[in-house]
Amino acid sequence: MGGFLHLYVGQEAVAVGTISLCDEDDQIIGGYRTHGHALAVGLTMNACMAELFGKATGCSKGKGGSMHFFAPDKNFWGGHGVVAGQTPLGLGLAFALKYKGVKGCCLCFLGDGAVNQGAYHESLNLASLWNLPVIYIVENNRYSMGTSLQRSSVYRKCLAARAEGYDIEWDRFNGEDIYEVRARTWKAIQRARHEPRPSVLEIATYRYYGHSVSDANAKKYRSPEEIERHRKLHDPIQLWQKRLLEEGILTADQAAEMDEGAAAEAAEAVRFAEESPLPQKADLFSDVYYEVDRQTRAGRTGRYFFND
Amino acid sequence: MPVITYRKALNDALAEELARDENVVIIGEEVAQYNGAYKVTEELWKRFGDKRVVDAPISEAGFIGLGIGASMLGLRPVVELMFWSFAFVAYDQIVNNAGCIRYMSGGLVNLPLVIRGPANGGTTHSHTPESSLANHPGVRVVCPATAYDAKGLMKTAIRDNDPVFVMENTLLYGETWEVPEEEYLIPLGVADVKREGRDLSLIAHGRAVMTSLKAAKILAAEHGIKAEVVDLRSIRPLDEEAILQSVRKTHRAVLVDENKPFCAVSAQIAAMIQEKAFDDLDAPVQRVCALDAPAIYSPPLEKQQLPTAERVVEKVLSIA
Ligand SMILES: Cc1ncc(C[n+]2csc(CCOP(=O)(O)OP(=O)(O)O)c2C)c(N)n1
Ligand SMILES: [Mg+2]
Repeated sequence: MGGFLHLYVGQEAVAVGTISLCDEDDQIIGGYRTHGHALAVGLTMNACMAELFGKATGCSKGKGGSMHFFAPDKNFWGGHGVVAGQTPLGLGLAFALKYKGVKGCCLCFLGDGAVNQGAYHESLNLASLWNLPVIYIVENNRYSMGTSLQRSSVYRKCLAARAEGYDIEWDRFNGEDIYEVRARTWKAIQRARHEPRPSVLEIATYRYYGHSVSDANAKKYRSPEEIERHRKLHDPIQLWQKRLLEEGILTADQAAEMDEGAAAEAAEAVRFAEESPLPQKADLFSDVYYEVDRQTRAGRTGRYFFND
Repeated sequence: MPVITYRKALNDALAEELARDENVVIIGEEVAQYNGAYKVTEELWKRFGDKRVVDAPISEAGFIGLGIGASMLGLRPVVELMFWSFAFVAYDQIVNNAGCIRYMSGGLVNLPLVIRGPANGGTTHSHTPESSLANHPGVRVVCPATAYDAKGLMKTAIRDNDPVFVMENTLLYGETWEVPEEEYLIPLGVADVKREGRDLSLIAHGRAVMTSLKAAKILAAEHGIKAEVVDLRSIRPLDEEAILQSVRKTHRAVLVDENKPFCAVSAQIAAMIQEKAFDDLDAPVQRVCALDAPAIYSPPLEKQQLPTAERVVEKVLSIA
């Protein structure tokens, strides 16, 4: 496995809570920390793991890697590596829905560092100006790489409140409680589908691992105690499990069984990825142009690649 | 055959495609109520309404990215840049998103999108980014020189299923050419010999084609040299065969290019000619490019900074 790897561990309730509210007309797009979103839309662990391994069986045929998972058949439009570069794309998905008269919405995920990019602000203005059904979901894990929120952003109240300047409804809530995530996101989805109007949601969350594979300063910009405190007291999966156990919906045995099942599925995905074939050299030149791949008249006319 | 302007030819192409396919939507600054900064979209808003012709605020990254996102769901946005020089504020959207999404999705997503506008005019407005954009596999770059080509290439670009960047020229908008009334399409990647000749090949794209035609006339009248003018029309895909065919016939080539010389389109073509037609050459391949400095304002100098027919003639005489 090479390149970038931005783990989502700790933030699960955000992707699962929000995406579980989507129906067949809703669209989803995000940044590079989107493994959780990919699994939540229904991509298989095999397809995701094989993509991480750069194998031809990966969800993007080994051409995209960790940051670029795609599944348009599940309304999942990536997986984008440039901070906030996906925010105008999410706007475009919402524009297309409205243009076609479809009552869907687009959930567009970004980080707390991404809110300082111009593309995001241009998107907010356009979303409000044109009444587009897009919901910007800011996953506030309090750090952009090694820079804490306090060192990157000024705001009144919270990051989402910047939306007031664009006359957009906003909300801020805790992402450790999946019920809360669903209840509050639902309001924004209704607003998008029926008015349609955009929203900005800021969801407080936390990542346990380093920013990416390399995070040499992992221990410098935050303390091990801080991470430990979150794992112990604020882990969204543990909290939900505890609640389900207390309410008698889940038994301890069932919970253990689910954990084992997930671990086995992951192990199987690793085996699948290891045994899968690599893309071939010829695959370098497929999936560049639609017309060339299909060898349409346009794809057969003129020279497209300039290797020799 | 009716003679119309380059501007009108583009306008007709847009109108015909808007009428033909309801997924075609025009987005850009001043494209609707103002009729377009250069009047290319004149009357389209009146005819097709708010939904199909959309005035955008000055947010190129925002509305170009929006166009890309909308194309993922099957719309065919035609996004206008008031000048291609403004593409730089949207470069991430254009290069990383329009250029790479199909590839990094393993071919699952395609982007039937056109970005169009003039690529010339004023220091910060005069960039000719066809060379830098054609550098990116995944996109197509088209530079029509005549009204006839502008219409046929624009219609093809809109129907194409990959991102196509059409680079126009404000100095060509008012130029006229014969354009048939019947519908026609011009495939991308097919060059056009705009003037036949046997002594030397002038190879150009965009407005430099007009400069080359002027130079060819002077060469014939004053020097008895019959220059062939090859109009590339499309940069990527490139009609390599047409270039080589012409060079194999004339054995001499001068490349005329409004790009700055370093890493220009003509640099690519010069490399290609020496690789593939070295034995056919009777003289080194020469280039006439924009003079290598930022675009100057002072009008008399501005005219000299771009390739002129005189400079082309001079260069030709140095090898012919
Ligand atoms: C335009 C751009 N600048 C810088 C980077 C490098 N980079 C990748 S992620 C990141 C931090 C972003 O933090 P945040 O938006 O909070 O998201 P998180 O990683 O916390 O999920 C940076 C600086 C990039 N990918 N794109
Ligand atoms: Mg963050």
